[in-house]
Amino acid sequence: MADTGSSAAVMTTSDGIPLKVSLQRALRRSRRRAFFLVLPLLAFLTISFVLPIFDMLFRSVDNTIVPQNLPSVVKAIEDWDPKASELPSEAVYEAMVKDIQIGFEEKTLGSLARRLNYDLTGSASLFRKSGRRASKIEGAPYKEQLIEVDEDWGDPAIWNLIKRESDSLTASYFLSAVDMRYDEQGDIAMQPDYQQIYLKLFWRTLVMSAIITGLCILLGYPVAYLMATLPLRTSNLLMILVLLPFWTSLLVRTTAWIALLQTQGVLNDLLVAVGVLSDDGRIRMIYNQTGTIVAMTHILLPFMILPLYSVMKTIPPSYMRAARSMGANPFTAFVRVYMPNTVAGVGAGSILCFILAIGYYITPALVGGQSGTLISNFIADHISVTLNWGLAAALGVILLGLVMLLYVIYDRIVGIDNMKLG
Amino acid sequence: MRRLFHSVSLAAGAALLTTGAANAVDLTIVSWGGAYTASQQKAYHEPYMAANPGVTIINDDSAAEGLAKLRAQVEAGNVTWDLVDMVASDAITACDEGLAMEIDADKVLAPAPDGTPASQDFFDGTLTVGGTNCFIPQIVYSTTFGYRTDKVGSNAPTTIADVFDLEKFPGKRALEKKPINNLEWALIADGVPGDKVYEVLDTPEGVERAFAKLDTIKDQVIWWSKGAVPPQLLADGEVVIASAYNGRLFNAIAVESQPIAMMWDWQAFDLDGWVIPAGAKNLNAVTDYLYYATDTQRLADQAKFISYGPARKSSAPLVGKHADLGIDMKPHMPTDPANAKNVLQFDYVWWADNRADMDERFNAWLAQ
Repeated sequence: MADTGSSAAVMTTSDGIPLKVSLQRALRRSRRRAFFLVLPLLAFLTISFVLPIFDMLFRSVDNTIVPQNLPSVVKAIEDWDPKASELPSEAVYEAMVKDIQIGFEEKTLGSLARRLNYDLTGSASLFRKSGRRASKIEGAPYKEQLIEVDEDWGDPAIWNLIKRESDSLTASYFLSAVDMRYDEQGDIAMQPDYQQIYLKLFWRTLVMSAIITGLCILLGYPVAYLMATLPLRTSNLLMILVLLPFWTSLLVRTTAWIALLQTQGVLNDLLVAVGVLSDDGRIRMIYNQTGTIVAMTHILLPFMILPLYSVMKTIPPSYMRAARSMGANPFTAFVRVYMPNTVAGVGAGSILCFILAIGYYITPALVGGQSGTLISNFIADHISVTLNWGLAAALGVILLGLVMLLYVIYDRIVGIDNMKLG
Repeated sequence: MRRLFHSVSLAAGAALLTTGAANAVDLTIVSWGGAYTASQQKAYHEPYMAANPGVTIINDDSAAEGLAKLRAQVEAGNVTWDLVDMVASDAITACDEGLAMEIDADKVLAPAPDGTPASQDFFDGTLTVGGTNCFIPQIVYSTTFGYRTDKVGSNAPTTIADVFDLEKFPGKRALEKKPINNLEWALIADGVPGDKVYEVLDTPEGVERAFAKLDTIKDQVIWWSKGAVPPQLLADGEVVIASAYNGRLFNAIAVESQPIAMMWDWQAFDLDGWVIPAGAKNLNAVTDYLYYATDTQRLADQAKFISYGPARKSSAPLVGKHADLGIDMKPHMPTDPANAKNVLQFDYVWWADNRADMDERFNAWLAQ
């Protein structure tokens, strides 16, 4: 029967279309309908999330500001060899005067000056000064007149910089983000010692996030275990104790830690009153790494407890009983039977805590002092204070890369399919 | 007939709507929030809205990120702000980058009561800071020092060198978390004359020297970045001496009666004022408001609520008593001759050039 069915007559629906085709069509239709349902969300995410992020990340290499504002210079300087240790030709100077005049007229010189000042201190005032004075230059010789406006135009350094940055893409933000720069010869070199900071910060961010995650596991595991094993009434009470701070504003919790931990704060007062510390020997527990670790551990703890709890809840108590009946003592039973079953929850909680910690910024900004601030504080600083969006974007790209890398490592070790959030 | 009536009423409705829209204007004014916005609200916004019932002023407290957000708005081509309060250095940047509108002071701003044009009446050079003309100053404020009167004993700190003297004044300090002002103060404390500071700072050795001086108190410093923090640290007894904005210190001393006193030696003057965003939509309303809000009486009125010096010469004699406390405000102004014996004049050009460098260096120094 099966043989004749497949070779001779194809099964069809009542309107004569083969059943297979018809089925596929119906499936496709329902899939399309499902897709239309998520379309608004997809569009929303793309427009409000993905595109702006890419736009922001693009700034880490974007250098259009130089070719756009110095179009004739960029063209004229092509033939100049920066290694030849002589100044560019008269034509380049002429182009520079023209571009400065236009830029001054259209008020675009300011942003260009700031861009170049990131790489060469003094460019900002050089352009600002030249903008006003170069408008008065009318004819040749341009070279002498421009150098008269500011002698820095006779220094090959600025021309080197312009030549190097005349492309519409630049690596200089990324170099700064890993404590490197171009030296006078145009080669890539490390920043001087007193200016190296970002590599240290990335390392500190990773280490502190790892410590915080570790503390969260240490503190969260017993709580989650209690919640999963105690009778419902007590475990509900525990759940409320976990959730209540979770629902309290982040700022409130952080400032509460300030009140608790500061040198004249509750905890120090208590220790002094009890006699553990002398009044002059108060410990400094905030505005440093300790402060950041304590406050962030507290804030991230629910992100560890909740996935742990949801996983532990599903482990049947009979496993432990079985282990005990086979002769394992309570400790062995717990370590060899119970704990392996909670790996998925530990993994999920860890990756949540770690990724949240790596990008945290408001808490370290408030309680971190100088030694407890993380890389995200510097990204925020470059966006809103120094306005060096290119550098902020470069740091952001590296941070994003780090998170991705960790995710891959996590997938290799634990396996992402093992992650359970609920 | 009915149709005609219908369309007439529609047209009338539409006309009503448009005239309504023409009269009613919402002005979004960005400022610093807290006591500062409150002083502006009482001195400018409320009387202006009372005189112009069609105008509603909406306060936006995001001036701390003013420049960054303004840049984003201008780049996106959707400027929703009408007026932004900025410190002078940010205003220079905004002007240089074409984010702010250039103004003709004598056309836009009110003359002094005696007829002196605005360009002569505002303190010299303040309307053209850093060679730009986008900035309309309202106040002169200063970053200066407050100290705990109960912790320093009978000998109060009187000079900037005392701030760096851990033996004479043991205890923690709070300083603003940026190199600006701190480098200058460090050099002055190290013996550099006030008017030579930027000359010295312009050399690598000078920078080295400033950082070396800061090194001597580094482990006793708590760094702040929000203006409300240092008075709080002083009030908590966390620090003995703190640099802070003078208005905030005044608030802690006069309003909250904290055991704090001020040390004005080498206070760092700075300006704060208005900037009109390039592409602001309600230009007529904004300029009308500006004319009113920056006239002599209004600037003097603001000093009733906060201890910042008005930026107009003609306002100074009008500064009176605090609106609620009834104390004379003049001795609390940074511009008062008794307080302004030694004043650090901020060098905008030097900082425009060296800001990026110094910031990185300062941050690296902090992290070490």
